[in-house]
This record gives sequence, structure tokens and C-alpha cells, in this order.
Amino acid sequence: MRQLSDLEVGDSGVLIALDLPPGVQNHLMYMGFVPDAQVKVLHRAPIGDPTVYSVDGIEIALRRETAKAIRVNNGLLHKTVEINRDVESGSTRAETAHELVEAGR
Amino acid sequence: MSECCAPPSFEPPVHAARTAGDFRTIALIGPPNSGKSTLFNRLTGLRQKVANYPGVTVEQRMGRMAGIGRDDLTLIDLPGIYSLDAYSEDARVSIEVLEGHMPGTPKPDAVLLVLDSLHLTRQLMLAAPVLALGLPTMVLLNMSDLMDARGGVVDPLLLAQELSAPVALVSATKGTGLESVQLFLNRHGSSSEQPKLMLPVLGNAMSTHRWAAQVSSRTGYRAPLSAKATQRVDAVLLHPFWGPLSFLVVVFGVFQVVFSVGLPLSNGLQDLLAHAGKWATGFLPAGWIRSLVLDGAWNGVTSVLVFLPQILLLFLFIGILEDTGYLARAALIADRVMRSIGLNGKAFIPLLSAYACAVPAIMATRTIENKRDRLATILVTPFMTCSARLPVYLLFIAAFIPNVAFAGGLIGLKTIVMLGLYVIGFLAALVTARLLKSSILKSSETPFILELPQYRMPTLRSLGLRIIDRGSVFLKQAGTVILCVTLALWVLANLPVHNGQGPELGQSIIGRLGHLIEPAIAPLGFNWKIGIGLLTSVLAREVMVGTMGTLYGADPETQSLSLQTALHHDMTLGGAVALMVFFAFALQCTSTLTMVRRETNSWKWPAVQFAYMLTLAYGAAFITNYLVTAIWG
Repeated sequence: MRQLSDLEVGDSGVLIALDLPPGVQNHLMYMGFVPDAQVKVLHRAPIGDPTVYSVDGIEIALRRETAKAIRVNNGLLHKTVEINRDVESGSTRAETAHELVEAGR
Repeated sequence: MSECCAPPSFEPPVHAARTAGDFRTIALIGPPNSGKSTLFNRLTGLRQKVANYPGVTVEQRMGRMAGIGRDDLTLIDLPGIYSLDAYSEDARVSIEVLEGHMPGTPKPDAVLLVLDSLHLTRQLMLAAPVLALGLPTMVLLNMSDLMDARGGVVDPLLLAQELSAPVALVSATKGTGLESVQLFLNRHGSSSEQPKLMLPVLGNAMSTHRWAAQVSSRTGYRAPLSAKATQRVDAVLLHPFWGPLSFLVVVFGVFQVVFSVGLPLSNGLQDLLAHAGKWATGFLPAGWIRSLVLDGAWNGVTSVLVFLPQILLLFLFIGILEDTGYLARAALIADRVMRSIGLNGKAFIPLLSAYACAVPAIMATRTIENKRDRLATILVTPFMTCSARLPVYLLFIAAFIPNVAFAGGLIGLKTIVMLGLYVIGFLAALVTARLLKSSILKSSETPFILELPQYRMPTLRSLGLRIIDRGSVFLKQAGTVILCVTLALWVLANLPVHNGQGPELGQSIIGRLGHLIEPAIAPLGFNWKIGIGLLTSVLAREVMVGTMGTLYGADPETQSLSLQTALHHDMTLGGAVALMVFFAFALQCTSTLTMVRRETNSWKWPAVQFAYMLTLAYGAAFITNYLVTAIWG
């Protein structure tokens, strides 16, 4: 279990929980930061903060102190979770499919 | 451009009997970046009206649906929101409008819900609360063209069954699929035919998300491959080194083009207007009428009109930056700087758009959640160099700053002076914000959450709409405020009449008034004619140029000279530079003052703002005059 802010550019993780004030937390959840969502670190702003994350196909910038309050699973662990979830719910995401193909090679 | 947000005339639609269906008012709703504005422009064409909802600062856009041949219908564009959660002001307004509780806004008879088909699962989270309202609703899956191109799959039929609402694939940028909107609107809207939809527990983000994920998986939705183009572009534009550098290049390039392309256009227009004026007044009898029309009205109005090409170029560039999605990146890069003055990156977007006009910029501050941050941003926005300052700067730079090239002709001294004026305005905004945020407007930090939209090619249509809109505001201003001021000035410059002879300019009413205030402005290097200009330009900054045109045109000594030459002979370099610095800081714009009053609900803040900026302008102009005269004088 790590904080989202610990991830490096290029890493991804699966979101476990958010510990933010209710208003902000709900707002982030409607943007796609829900438990089990896959979050990837895309870029850091030129001076190192804020950071751009990709979640559910969109890009959202957060400051470090907000990202600190978001707990994620290790990037390695997430793949099985993601695959299981996809099989369970029947949803196939193109990105996950790609990762599977890559992993298969 | 002080009047740039005055609502264009707009009458309620006439309900013609020829139309089908009983809908009158339609609401357009959708998440941010779903292409809602583009669709709104498509459906309404040019016939739209922008205003504020009463009591709140949320922008209200309405228009008749002329774009699909239904100008009997009114389309209301609701703010872009992620949910109907009452957390944000935008969502509260949307709920009130949809439920018909918003004073002055009719209750919508039907809803058009726009969802970005590229990210349908998350976008469906808004569909749940909107459908639960029970209004006849059509779901429009936008960007269907990109969906196909990137291999996504969506089944509108299954989705329509799942949601119990008609669903159509559209592309707002290409204008395809809109005929389905027509069909939907033509039917008679009795809500009884709407079957009740089984919805999840509302108001809970987690359960709404689960419902949305289930709907998208049951309907066989497959998200398209995400475009890597945006990420590749951002790898450069958000790069630690190349990012800030390209930001500077963009800003610098804009001003260089405004100068190098805009100036010849302006000069051409000036020649054309001068010839037209001479030719037309040839038909008037010589004497005071001809003098009134040519020296008074025509000189004053055209001296402002000639800057139209440059102002439109500036609006074009800001429009491109906004429509491509670059502004959000600029906000991201600026977050660190904005944080050091106690604000966040979101405050940077209104500040950037204030380069065009402070009035819409002040309205744009509503995206800032924290009230104190918002007030601080409103108070510093007028420091940003708006396009109304441009005519003043261009006139005085052309008249006083020599043509010297640096760096092998890449950069001109005129461009450097211009950029310098933009920079001091920006610095004044930063310093003032810092002072405000560390004293009277201190608050705890609010989180910075910003969605970065995919880069998009701006459409000619939306850029065209913007330019026509702003251009007509500028022309209207020239035809009303500036025309009135110049006519009044000409009359005051020709009174009192003795023995049928007008007075010398210095002895006229306006001349005496000018001489009266001259002692106060002499330390800044301004003469009495400039003093008159300072008084009239309280209405709007560009009135200054019209006033100069009329005053120098009314003076027989300078009548034959061009305005630039006349000014050059009548002022020192120190005074001219001081004047530009004065304009960089002073708040001469009644529209901005009115807007600040409306947004802050009291005259206290605009009064404080006006006094503060005037003091700063006076002090800075005094020092500038002293220094420039001492060094180059």
C-alpha cells in the first residue's frame, strides 16, 4: 500500500481509498478516482508539482498534498486485480487488453 | 473593449404555429470537455445571448435553435458539471434551472444530455441524476467520428434500451447526427410516455459509478484506444525545460505577429479611412458642419477604428490557445508561481483571458472554488493588459519609440517596449495578489484539481464566431461611446463663440478645464490635452485615442499633421513613456467597475480597487517620467 504521490512518472497503481474532505472526495470520485480504478502517472509539471494522472481515460492534475491522501496498491499487484475485475464485470478495456497482449509476449 | 460583455439584443421566441411538438425551452447539459459548447454553437448559430444568472456568478447562455431550423425553440446551455452534487455553485444552478426554480429562466420542457463517447463509462455518471429528473431527455454521444477512427464500440440501441431514453451518435465538430435532435424535438413531449427508469441510489459517487460501469458493460461498450498524440505533445509542452520555454515563445510570438502583421493592416486601414472621410465631407458645405463631422466625429472615431485589425488578431490568438486546450497546460505550469502568491493555477486562466478583456475574465473566476481566492483574483485581473490598452500603447509606441532592431532583426525595440508594458502589468497583479492573500484575504489552501482536455484542432467556425462577436462589440463601442465623447469634445472645444468666431483651443471650455488640472499632472510629463484624455478615458481606455484625435484635429496648428507627428511635437519622451505606464496600472474602465460591483455585491471593492490602481499609476508614472527624462531626455 502506497500513497499516489509516491508513484514515479510511468508507474501505475490501483486505487484503494481516498482520505479527503467529503466535498473534494466526491468531486474526485465523479472524475473517476473510485476504488479499483487504475491510475497512471503521466507527467510532472516543470517544477515537479502538480502531477498529471491518467484515470479512466482522462488526464487530471493534482498537487502533491492531494495525491498524498489517495492510497493505491502496488503497480505489480494491480494487474491481476484489474483482470479479475474485468472478467467479473465483463468489461474489456482496450488498454488492459493491450497490457495482456504485452504480458503474453 | 469595456463593453465587451453587454448582452446583445435578444427577444423571447415567438411561438409560431407552423412548428411541430409542444417543446418551448430545451436545456443542454453535459460534463466539462464533452464538446457541449461546440454543440451549442452548432445548434444555435450566431443567435445567442450571454448573461449571468441572478444572484450568482454562473454564466447563462441562451440561444434560439436556428442551427437546425427551429428558431421557435430556446436552448439553455447549462454549466459543464460532473454531477448534480450540490457541492459546486455550477451544479446548484443546473438543478434550479432543470427544476424550474431559477427566476427569469423558464422551466425546460426537454433535456439534451451530451456525453463524450470516448469516455462513456465515467460520463454516464451524470446520466443517472439527469434521467432521474423525469424530463424528456435525449442522450447525444458526441465525438462519434473519433470513436470510429480509434476502434471504440458503442451500441446506441442497447444503450437507449438500458437508459429508456433516445440515444444518438453525433459529432459536434463535423455537425453530423443533428437530424436526430430535430426528430426528437418534433415529437409531442408528454412526459407520461417516459417509462420509469430503475436508477441506483443517487448522490453517492461510488454507487453511481458502479451503475455506470454495469450499464457500459451490459451494452457492450468498448473504450477506444486513448490517443497518444496528446501525451506526446505534453511530453514537450510540460517538459521541465522545453515546457516553460515554449510557453514564452508562444506569448512572445503572439505579440510579434500582432505587431508585424497587424501594423501594416492598421496603417492601410488608416489611409483608407482618411481618404473616405475627405471624400465624403466634400459633399458637406464648408464651415462648422464640415468641421464637426470631419475634425470632430470622423477623426475621433477613426483614430480608434484603425486598431481593429490588431485587436482581432489578439482575440484570434487567445481563441486558438483556449480552443486547442493549451490554456489548461499553462495553468498547470503556472500553478507553482501562483501558489507562491497564495493562489492556485486555476486563477491563471482568468488572468490570461484578461489579456483580451477583463470583463469576461472576471466572469471566468467562478471556476475558483475558494471565495477569498476568487475575490483576490477579481481584484488583480484589471492589471492584466487588456486589448483596450492596445490602441493607447500602439499609438504612443509608434510616435515615440525609434525603430531599432536587436538580435539580427528578430526583435524590435517597439516589441520590447510593448512586452515590457505587459510584464509590468502582470507583476503588479502578482504583487497585489500576494499582498491581499497575506493580509485581508488570507485563507487555507484549497486543493487544485484540474482536468487537462485532449488537444484539439480549433474549428474555423468557433474562432470565426469569437472574432465576429468581439469585432462587433468593438465597432459598437466606437459607434456609440466614442462617437458621443468626440462630438461632446468638439462642441466644448469650440465654445464659447465670440462674434461668430470659435475660441482658440486653449481658451475654449475644454481648454480651460485642461489647464485647470494641468498642475496635478505636469509632474508626470503630461500636458493639458493629455489631461483631458485621462478624464474621458475613465469611461474606457481606448477613448483616450479618440480624444487625442479630436483635440489635435481641432487645433489649427496640428490639424494638418498625423496624430503621431502631432503628439511627437507636443510631448517629451519621458511624458510619453510615463503615460503608457500610467495606462498599464490605472483602472479606466466603467464596465470592469460595474462587473466587479456585480460579482462582489458592493461598491466597496470597485472603489478600493479604483483608488489603489490610480495611486499606483500616478506614482509609477511620476518615477518613469523622472527616470526617462534623466537618462534619455
